[in-house]
Amino acid sequence: MTLSTSTLDRYIDGQSPIHGLDARVKLLLALAYILAMALLPPGAWTGIAVSAALLWWVVLRSEVGLRTIITRAFVALPFALVAVTLVFTRPGAPILRIPLGPWVLTATDVGLTAFVSIVLKSWLSVQAALLLTATTHFTDVLYALRALHLPNVLVAILSFAYRYLFVMIDEGQRMLRARECRSAELPGRRGGGSIRWRAGVVGQMVGTLFLRSYERSERIYVAMLSRGFSGELRTISPRALSSVEQGLLLVGGATMAGIVLVSYFV
Amino acid sequence: MLELTDLCYTYPDGTEALRHIDLRIAEGEKVALVGPNGAGKSTLLLHLNGVLRCRSGAITVAGHPIADETIRQVRAQVGMVFQDPDDQLFSPTVFDDVAFGPLHMGLDEQDVRGRVLRALDQVGMSGFERRMPHHMSLGQRKRVAIATVLSMSPGVLALDEPSAGLDPRARRGLIDLLRSLPQAMVVSTHDMRMVAEVFPRTVVLAQGQVAFDGPSEAILGDGELLERYGLERP
Repeated sequence: MTLSTSTLDRYIDGQSPIHGLDARVKLLLALAYILAMALLPPGAWTGIAVSAALLWWVVLRSEVGLRTIITRAFVALPFALVAVTLVFTRPGAPILRIPLGPWVLTATDVGLTAFVSIVLKSWLSVQAALLLTATTHFTDVLYALRALHLPNVLVAILSFAYRYLFVMIDEGQRMLRARECRSAELPGRRGGGSIRWRAGVVGQMVGTLFLRSYERSERIYVAMLSRGFSGELRTISPRALSSVEQGLLLVGGATMAGIVLVSYFV
Repeated sequence: MLELTDLCYTYPDGTEALRHIDLRIAEGEKVALVGPNGAGKSTLLLHLNGVLRCRSGAITVAGHPIADETIRQVRAQVGMVFQDPDDQLFSPTVFDDVAFGPLHMGLDEQDVRGRVLRALDQVGMSGFERRMPHHMSLGQRKRVAIATVLSMSPGVLALDEPSAGLDPRARRGLIDLLRSLPQAMVVSTHDMRMVAEVFPRTVVLAQGQVAFDGPSEAILGDGELLERYGLERP
């Protein structure tokens, strides 16, 4: 139980104004920020610096800790590294030649600029998403998605996944523990069986977990039927956003749009 | 309140689960359903709100026979609580779960909110609205599971082994809760001490048939009868 909650729940408890903000506002602002990052042209260093400063200022006000956010965001770096090929494929002034047997890799300035921009922009985007999940309960993110008219079925799938992921992880961990407890060895004998046999055992465990989850889903469905479910998902409608919240959205959106536009034309 | 007449049920694989069950449960009457595993207790409970439909015989709830047209009203009348609260509580938060039933009854939102708060208050879980079921103890989840049907204001509660797996304090709390609720109840259980405390009437199921139906004292005091049905003396 401890493992599943600490690794999956990214929420960090706090009383900051960022925590108190409506989830819809936070979600929209985070999306606007990520969109702006995607639109910033390569080499727009000022734009990137201003965006970073803006984000970090918000992080500092959120009680989450800049360090936490920045280090957690490194998780996404390996994915951004895929862009490393750009360094050698974009045409431009050569800055470095790496001989590789019969081939020569030529790094260009344009390529390097593109690569560094992508890494920085994705790093910042991930930070924005992390700030959202660190200051907003996942259930509130779900409310926000529903309020922003993501189809009900998708929201329901997400919320069931979130609800039962923990249950499944617990179930899986109990099975692993049970296997551990019976993985004994006699003195002077090599235990553990062949790799083939062990792989078979793991396969059976996965199968069992699937069957249990499948049976659970049937029980859940019966529980839903018992309380009047008829195929249509009903929820309480969200309250309207206050004028302050609308203003905040407007200011935030305009700021990000401004940063992108200025980066293009200056 | 609840009337079962000559109820029979055979599983698709041919196993006879229920055979000629006759039961009448009055308004506010609390009935314990006991018997060994596989005796048909859960199958019987699933019939009470029409999840399983009887192959022969009839069930009426508050005067209405269970049929396609009445099934929605029946489900509002009979609050079914399953044994594993992880099956019962399928929403991300406690509030959503307790609101599920009332929302599907088509009530307006003000009313729904009021019902959620009242139901949580009844089971002593006020203040847990925003909590996630995963972060709560089994006893707390069982209470919330009961609140999820109380919010539909049913006339009958059908509970499947509510005290199974609870520690003594949570079990005590549950027993007090069941005693305090005014609804009629049909509760399947192996907990004979709880039967003695909460239920004036006991129905023993054995191999899909009603083997005993009468005052709980009569069976709890009869060692031979308890022995015969594999039950424990409280």
